[in-house]
Amino acid sequence: MTIASEQIATRAAERRFSPDWLGQGFSKVLLHVVVLGITLVWIVPTLGLLVSSFRPLSAFASSGWWTALSPPFKFTLDNYSGVLGSSNLGGSFFNSFMITIPATVIPVTIAAFAAYAFSWMKFWGRDFLFLALVGLLAVPLQATFVPILKLYVQVGLTPQNVGFVGLWLVHTGYGLPFAIYLLANFFRALPTDLFESAEIDGAGTLTVFFRIVLPLSVPAIASLVIFQFLWIWNDYLVALVYVGSTPEVAPLTVTLAQLVGSLGQGYQLLTAAAFFSMIVPLIVFFSLQRYFVRGILAGSVKG
Amino acid sequence: MASVTYDHVVKRYTADLTVVKDFNVAIKDKEFMVLVGPSGCGKSTALRMLAGLETITEGQIRIGDRVVNNVAAKDRDIAMVFQSYALYPHMSVYDNMAFPLQMQHMPKAEMDKRVKNASRILGLDNFLKRKPRALSGGQRQRVALGRAIVRSPKVFLLDEPLSNLDAKLRGQTRIELQKLHRDLETTFIYVTHDQVEAMTMGDRIAIMNAGILQQVGTPGDIYDHPANLFVAGFIGTPTMNFVPVTTSDSTAKASGFEVRLPKSVPAGKGTLGFRPEAVTDRAVDGGSSMDMKVDVVERLGSDQFLYGQVGGDSVTARVDPKMKVDPGDTVKLGLDTRNLHLFDAETELALL
Repeated sequence: MTIASEQIATRAAERRFSPDWLGQGFSKVLLHVVVLGITLVWIVPTLGLLVSSFRPLSAFASSGWWTALSPPFKFTLDNYSGVLGSSNLGGSFFNSFMITIPATVIPVTIAAFAAYAFSWMKFWGRDFLFLALVGLLAVPLQATFVPILKLYVQVGLTPQNVGFVGLWLVHTGYGLPFAIYLLANFFRALPTDLFESAEIDGAGTLTVFFRIVLPLSVPAIASLVIFQFLWIWNDYLVALVYVGSTPEVAPLTVTLAQLVGSLGQGYQLLTAAAFFSMIVPLIVFFSLQRYFVRGILAGSVKG
Repeated sequence: MASVTYDHVVKRYTADLTVVKDFNVAIKDKEFMVLVGPSGCGKSTALRMLAGLETITEGQIRIGDRVVNNVAAKDRDIAMVFQSYALYPHMSVYDNMAFPLQMQHMPKAEMDKRVKNASRILGLDNFLKRKPRALSGGQRQRVALGRAIVRSPKVFLLDEPLSNLDAKLRGQTRIELQKLHRDLETTFIYVTHDQVEAMTMGDRIAIMNAGILQQVGTPGDIYDHPANLFVAGFIGTPTMNFVPVTTSDSTAKASGFEVRLPKSVPAGKGTLGFRPEAVTDRAVDGGSSMDMKVDVVERLGSDQFLYGQVGGDSVTARVDPKMKVDPGDTVKLGLDTRNLHLFDAETELALL
């Protein structure tokens, strides 16, 4: 046995019996228990919703969803056919895309430019402006409805006149403070040397932005896109307030909610409707989730 | 290829924060000039002003005959290698090196020729498609050099390019950089805090401390004739011995020994300086001698250093590696008085 392998053996033995290892092992187990627990708590209601969506109305009203998991099995697709059969579902689905895609692309694009300016360009009042922007994060959305709606009506930015544009604008406004804040923090963490090197190499501000900052920020931008996309896709309140009365531009969330009659009849359809509206966010999330995880970690841990 | 002149250059951040004070250096065409000094001495700021990354508060910087104070960094025809290398992490080695040329809208064929040429010089041929993260520290450093070489700039600026390398690689790269300088025949300005790098690579060295230029000269010149106490202490390892002395006419009296000075100096107090190699285990003709109580013995194979007390002063001696000494011994050592330095107690300027 060589000295080196002996050392390795000793080290391995130490690892097996040291109190350090026990402590680490214990905290690992604890971590797993906590994570599993949280996952379970989150998943159970969703699972209940899924099971319920396949149950007939009669069963719905008389027993809990978990009873459906034991025989006799009585599942039905009635709820789904009920949702799909409603008249303007296709249109709402299209509307949701028409709202969500521009309302994601516009604020993320503006935020990227703004964040670059806030983090790497020197201009008068920069820090104050940034502080004010962060302050806007604390303004409750609901407080803005009345003044903005009034303004919209005055200048004619109603859905009848401009279609989706009004919604794009408000979503841009609501999304920008957080988007700029997130991206500025990410951009600021890029090493100064890169910018100086690029400056000497002859790259102008826009070249640096497009050729260096953007490619290096793909994780942050991707996670921001997911955030913003999910938030708008799932948004009910803002859409209801600004275009709710105009079915031609109402998104899926608003239309689905209207499936339920004013007296609450047909509420079993909501279970199926919820899953129907979840398809797109799930696709978006799973296709971009590796960026999402990296984006959340971005800035907190190096490498 | 061009000379570089710093003409009364000042860098001031606020009224009471001046990091470079009245800096004057004339760097010749094709010279390898090293700016050296402890951290915070203003050497990097001096370089960054030349690069165009910092504004110049007062004075002029000229590249060749052209005043560059208000010229943008990209138009100064310089290239800079950063301590962190500053490679673009998302680009391949090829694209990293081609980037400055793309910015100049150089034709593709010419660009390709230059990148290939630089990668051949630096031995990066096999790595052109890799991303920087798949390279070792030494290779990254060479990519950074390559990105500078492709531009064939008038002046190369290097800001501590070796400090992220391990000791062995640093030694190799030092030699490669000197070869590169010879092959490229371009002015190099090299900033470092490491006096070994300064001594081994520089045609001339400019030593700075606290924003003030202390001395400019060839490595030999600076080693043998330091202008002041700071330079004498900064250059050379182990550092020069400094012993407080009382002078009268041409003798200097320390607490544990006395030497004859080569010329007479005003009577008074001063600091006597002599390098460890001036203290040997042999008696020196016409020299002086001292008894040292040895505290620590360092054997390096080729050398043996003794650290101890002579009278009330600490002295380092470089003796024959074969000499048998143990800590606690008292040994008789000879002092070669041909290379003595004497510094004024007040001004710290060299008197000899």
